[in-house]
Amino acid sequence: MQAYLKLDHIDKTFTRGTATTEVLKDINLTIEKGEYVSIIGHSGCGKSTLLNIVAGLTGATNGGVLLENREVNSPGPDRAVVFQNHSLLPWLTVYENVKLGVDKVFARTKNRAERDAWVMHNLSLVQMAHARDKRPSEISGGMKQRVGIARALAMEPKVLLLDEPFGALDALTRAHLQDSVMALHQKLGNTILMITHDVDEAVLLSDRIVMMTNGPSARIGEVLEVPLARPRKRLELATNASYLKCRQRVLEFLYERHSFVEAA
Amino acid sequence: MSMPAIKTELSAAAIPQAATAAPVVTMTPKRAPRAETYARLAKETAARVVPPLIVVALLLVVWELICRRAGSSLPPPSKVFKDTRELILDPFFDNGGIDKGLFWHLSASLQRVAYGYSLAAIAGIALGTLVGQSVWAMRGLDPLFQVLRTIPPLAWLPLSLAAFRDGQPSAIFVIFITSVWPIIINTAVGIRNIPQDYRNVAAVVQLNPLEFFTKIMIPAAAPYMFTGLRIGIGLSWLAIVAAEMLIGGVGIGFFIWDAWNSSHISEIILALFYVGIIGFVLDRLIAGLGKIVTRGTAAN
Ligand SMILES: Nc1ncnc2c1ncn2[C@@H]1O[C@H](COP(=O)(O)OP(=O)(O)OP(=O)(O)O)[C@@H](O)[C@H]1O
Ligand SMILES: [Mg+2]
Repeated sequence: MQAYLKLDHIDKTFTRGTATTEVLKDINLTIEKGEYVSIIGHSGCGKSTLLNIVAGLTGATNGGVLLENREVNSPGPDRAVVFQNHSLLPWLTVYENVKLGVDKVFARTKNRAERDAWVMHNLSLVQMAHARDKRPSEISGGMKQRVGIARALAMEPKVLLLDEPFGALDALTRAHLQDSVMALHQKLGNTILMITHDVDEAVLLSDRIVMMTNGPSARIGEVLEVPLARPRKRLELATNASYLKCRQRVLEFLYERHSFVEAA
Repeated sequence: MSMPAIKTELSAAAIPQAATAAPVVTMTPKRAPRAETYARLAKETAARVVPPLIVVALLLVVWELICRRAGSSLPPPSKVFKDTRELILDPFFDNGGIDKGLFWHLSASLQRVAYGYSLAAIAGIALGTLVGQSVWAMRGLDPLFQVLRTIPPLAWLPLSLAAFRDGQPSAIFVIFITSVWPIIINTAVGIRNIPQDYRNVAAVVQLNPLEFFTKIMIPAAAPYMFTGLRIGIGLSWLAIVAAEMLIGGVGIGFFIWDAWNSSHISEIILALFYVGIIGFVLDRLIAGLGKIVTRGTAAN
């Protein structure tokens, strides 16, 4: 397997005054180009911390992140993030929010009209072109998350990082967006690293599922390949034997071997 | 009963309300028939205007009754109007020196405020940004600001007179030093409260420091900045009247002081009415500006 994105012996220790907490311990993971990898684990085990390290928003204590064999340790548009709470800038319209990144990334390679067209293209990918002039306060939670995805996609990232992108949404909207992301992945072939705490979501979307043990000092407990052909159909999978087996494996890992001890 | 005197009371009633109450949020109906909209608008306006008018009218009657008696030290409203009729009707006369119409006095005061307040706004936002962004600047400067801001405006006047040796720059300095603190402190709080999410977005997009300042910091902190700016304009207007009493020359503050020295009590009352109205308008101006600029920012 050739490594596109490589997490190399990552440790993370938070220090506040004299108190230190070791959150992550010796995380190793290689991700291929075009692969969809999910990280699942109990709340507080350090999933967001790990994603932030990959994004460059947090520094690792030891170890590092390699993207195409080059170390990356500061944030950049090649690792665009879709944040859990959308993080759209409320004073900008939907269009302007996406444009912010596009203007920076394609400052030299695209002219004004091309950048405008590119913004609109990405908004249409997530079916949000109709709301281009709305402000975030005027659209629904699911729509905001769509715009967040468009903003990240529009930067043409090498790796797309999703931090519980559907966590704050109701079940129906969530299913709808999962289908959208699956379709986008199919169409664009992005490399995606996604955090989730939803077992069905992980199995439905991923090529591999990375299961993390409980913190402190969380490690990668197990990595599960999901041998399901794409495109996947939510309804057909419900009775698919390998789908159910994968689901079972993840559930066992989370609730038997590493059941959540702390009070949530 | 006379019109301007009515307004005298109106302005006095309006100022504290403007200073404390947040702007009233009016719910605009989605789409109502036009006539109905107008009728409702008229009704709402009436509901807001009629009660204060009644109160003012009552107060004027009481004032008139109390001050009408012979030997009263303050003039009743009717006398105020009679005495100041010329000042009201011709605010633009200019007989040289400080013998000018009220327009000139007020515009001189407003000019000083404009200078001092503009300087305070620029310096305040710049310093506030610095203080809000850097932990060390915060630790070093915040205690200083907290002490300095409690110094009453007029206490600065002798010092600034000593430094500038001239009334005009001293007055401007007093305005500056009075209004700059709330602007600094509120801006700093606004900058410090910029959500980490916005910083993360900026980091992923790789905004440079200047872009971060204009595209993230300013809009994110704008509501706080305008809180500071609004407090600042109120303090400026408070300070200018007091400062002008001491430095003399053309200006509404000295006009009041001069009127007192020549025992023209009615002129003082008229001047207070104008001071109140202008203070109210200044406050509303900044509040309105803030509303336009922060459109969308507050709603999240
Ligand atoms: N800046 C920080 N300083 C100190 N400790 C931190 C910091 N950030 C996170 N932690 C700790 O690291 C641990 C992991 O946090 P993290 O946010 O990565 O968890 P998570 O797996 O994303 O949880 P959730 O599923 O609830 O989002 C937590 O115990 C948290 O208290
Ligand atoms: Mg998290």
